[in-house]
Formats: sequence, C-alpha cells, structure tokens
Amino acid sequence: MERHIRVPFQGKEAATLQAGDFVYLTGTIYTARDAAHKRMYDMLQENGFSQRGLPLDLENNVIYYMGPSPARPGRAIGSAGPTTASRMDKYAPVLLDLGLKGMIGKGRRNQAVKEAVVRNGAVYFAAIGGAGALLSRAIQSSEVIAYDDLGTEAIRRLEVKEFPVIVVMDCCGNDLYETAVEEYRIPI
Amino acid sequence: MRTIQVAEVTQNIAQMCIEANHFLSQDMRNAMKAAAGTEKSPLGRQVLGQLQENMDIAGTDRIPICQDTGMAVVFLDIGQEVHFEGGLLEEAVNEGVRQGYREGYLRKSVVKDPIRRENTGDNTPAVIHARMVAGDKVTITVAPKGFGSENMSRVFMLKPADGIEGVKEAVLRAVQEAGPNACPPMVVGVGIGGTFEKCALMAKRALARPVDQRSDIPYVRELEQELLQGINCSGIGPGGLGGSTTALAVNIDTYPTHIAGLPVAVNICCHVNRHAVREI
Repeated sequence: MERHIRVPFQGKEAATLQAGDFVYLTGTIYTARDAAHKRMYDMLQENGFSQRGLPLDLENNVIYYMGPSPARPGRAIGSAGPTTASRMDKYAPVLLDLGLKGMIGKGRRNQAVKEAVVRNGAVYFAAIGGAGALLSRAIQSSEVIAYDDLGTEAIRRLEVKEFPVIVVMDCCGNDLYETAVEEYRIPI
Repeated sequence: MRTIQVAEVTQNIAQMCIEANHFLSQDMRNAMKAAAGTEKSPLGRQVLGQLQENMDIAGTDRIPICQDTGMAVVFLDIGQEVHFEGGLLEEAVNEGVRQGYREGYLRKSVVKDPIRRENTGDNTPAVIHARMVAGDKVTITVAPKGFGSENMSRVFMLKPADGIEGVKEAVLRAVQEAGPNACPPMVVGVGIGGTFEKCALMAKRALARPVDQRSDIPYVRELEQELLQGINCSGIGPGGLGGSTTALAVNIDTYPTHIAGLPVAVNICCHVNRHAVREI
C-alpha cells in the first residue's frame, strides 16, 4: 500500500504501517549513525536512561541512519543514502523504549530490535541503499544540531518532502527481508 | 628509463577520485540495464529503475552516486623502467586523494586509528597496492570502496579436500550472510589460492575487472557462471527486497597455492562498483 505520512508521527500512526508498504515521509527527521549513537548511549548510561540531556527529543521521531557527503554551495545536502542499520542494533532498543518511533536504514536487524519495534508500536524503514543522489532530492534542508565535531556523523535535522522508504519491520513482527526473499528463492 | 614527476600522479588521482564517485563504468551501467529487463520481481524492477535514475542524477547534478564515497583503494602497476621524481610516490598518491575528496565534495570516511576513531578529515591515507610490471608506463586504478559491502566480505582457509564444492559453498555463504546489508545487486570478487593475504588482494582486484569479461581459464569461467546463477537463486534481489537479481557478476582470480591449503576470499561490492583506470 502507498502511504503519505507526516513526521514526527502523530499519535499511534507508526503502528498502522505494515511491512511492504511504500511510504513517503514529509516533515522533520534526524540523522545519526555509529559515533552519534555511541555518544547518546554513553550519555544515557551516565544519567540513568533519562532523556534529559539528549540532543533531540525522541518522542514520535524518526532517526535516519545516514552520514551525507558534503553539500556543494547552494545545495541543501550532498549524497544522502542509508547506511547499514545493524551497526546501530546495540543502541536502538533503548532509544525505542524512550519514544523513538521510526528508523530508516538498510539491512537486517537483530531480534532485540525486532522485539523493541513490536513493544513500542514503532517501525523500521529501508531506503534504497546506494541511491544517495536520488534520495538527496527529497531533502529540502539540513542543519547540524549536535556533535558538530563528528563531521559527517554529526546529528542533523532534515526537512524532507515525500522521502521514499519501504516498511521492512512493522509492529506486528513482520520482516519484509524474510518474506520477500522467500518468495523468490529457488532451492538448489 | 622514463622519468615521471610524482605531481602527475597526484593530479591524475585527484581527478580519478572524483570521476569514479560520479560515474560508473559502461560495463556496470550495461549490466544494471540488462538486469532491469530480466528481473522477475516488480519491486525489484522498480529498485533497479531507481538505481539507474540515481546514476543519471549523480552525473548531471555532480553529486556522488552514493554518500559512502569509500576508502580510496589505489592500484599502481609500475613499469620497471619508470623513475619517479619530485617526491615520494606514497605521499603523491595521498595528496591526490586529499585534493580529489576536497574538490569533489566527497565524504571523508577514514579514521586515524581503528580503535580511537578520530576522522582524518581528508579521507587519507589511501590503501595502496603497487606492483612492478614490464615497460615504462604506470597504470593507475582508483577504486573507492564503500564499507556496507566491505563489512560483509570474508576469507575462508579451506582444506584441499574441500575442493571446488567447498569454494562454491564459501562464496554462497558469504553472499547469503551479506544479503540486504551489502546493497544488492552486488558484484562478487573472489580470489582462490595464494596465501591468506594474496587471496584477499586477488578478490579486490577481481572487482576492478569489467563485469562483462569472464576468466580466461575454462573451468574458472564455468565456475563464475555457475556461482552467479546460484547467487541469483537466493531470492535476495535488488535492495534485498526479493527478486532474481542478487548479483550482476562473479569475477574470480586464481593463483598457485601451498600443498596444504585452499584459501578463498570473497570481496563483496555493492552495485556502486567504482573504478577509474588510467595509464600515464
């Protein structure tokens, strides 16, 4: 099914998405990848897993696992495709339990992430890996809001318009990577 | 003896870093187009169509095909009649990478230390593989390598008794484990034989061979075709979202090895299989 959705999510909208849905996101999302996740996680461990002090409000928000290439003058951003999500598996369940509702990346997630998605009525989207030039066109602005010293790995606030993603994991525990592959697998 | 100023190497490498990150070689573009025609899954066809559109946008907007503009792997085939002047060759290569990544608005993805992980800020150093060849020319290959697929690459130290079946099993296992993480459709570079490091280097070099060029050795050519077929039966498909195009090619290189061993390296590359080649 094709869905056009505003982010941050409103109410329990994330829980209405189903694996295989084509979703076009419009609104605000945040980037974070390995180094930013580690820093947020370390901070959470220090302050007893309270949101206080985190550089972004997680509630109903979406994190895009992405580190862009530099923008040419006059452009909002450079190439901006997803990075491999499994490297964030260690950190994602805690963020989901604190209110994060969506993640955009590519590739498989582990069981702990899957369970946290189900438990929190959240969603894991895939953007098409290696389509960074195409995806950059759906990003209207980009602003570093934290961890500037991390360069491409800084946390950015992105304004996106009709940003194309596919639901891979939904809150019913479905995983498109497993079901879709099975459909085309030819036993040898 | 022919003298080459290292500044010429720098200049070429800077241009090649930019070129490789904005334009895929014609063989890759042809393979992608052909795959879009044969892919069984409608979603897979859609993904392949978007990847082609992505390449077109990269060229016209001068934006990298993928934001992971890689760690710069540089192969230097140096004619042994060449003499370099004007500085150290290694520094000249790194200066080329530094200039190319800055001027081309390419991402700086290299950290100074694997544990402490502070970004070097200019994408240096490159990974340089030099070898001496006949003649008075230098062939430079710049192959920026993204790590989504690099992370899914494997070395298997098989036993001679494992034979060709063991090799097939190893390659298929590596691809299966890579799945959607490696941004399929992939190109699979395989090195068989040599030593631990030799097979890995062969696998890397095999990725730079055009995807429409099969091995000269008959049994290796057959193995390349059989493995490609096997990989495309995995169902992984474009983007890992299901389909019949999981890989565009399997390129295998072989080398003599020890009586006790059968090393196999599988270097997986995503569909952004970049390489620029120049002879100076």
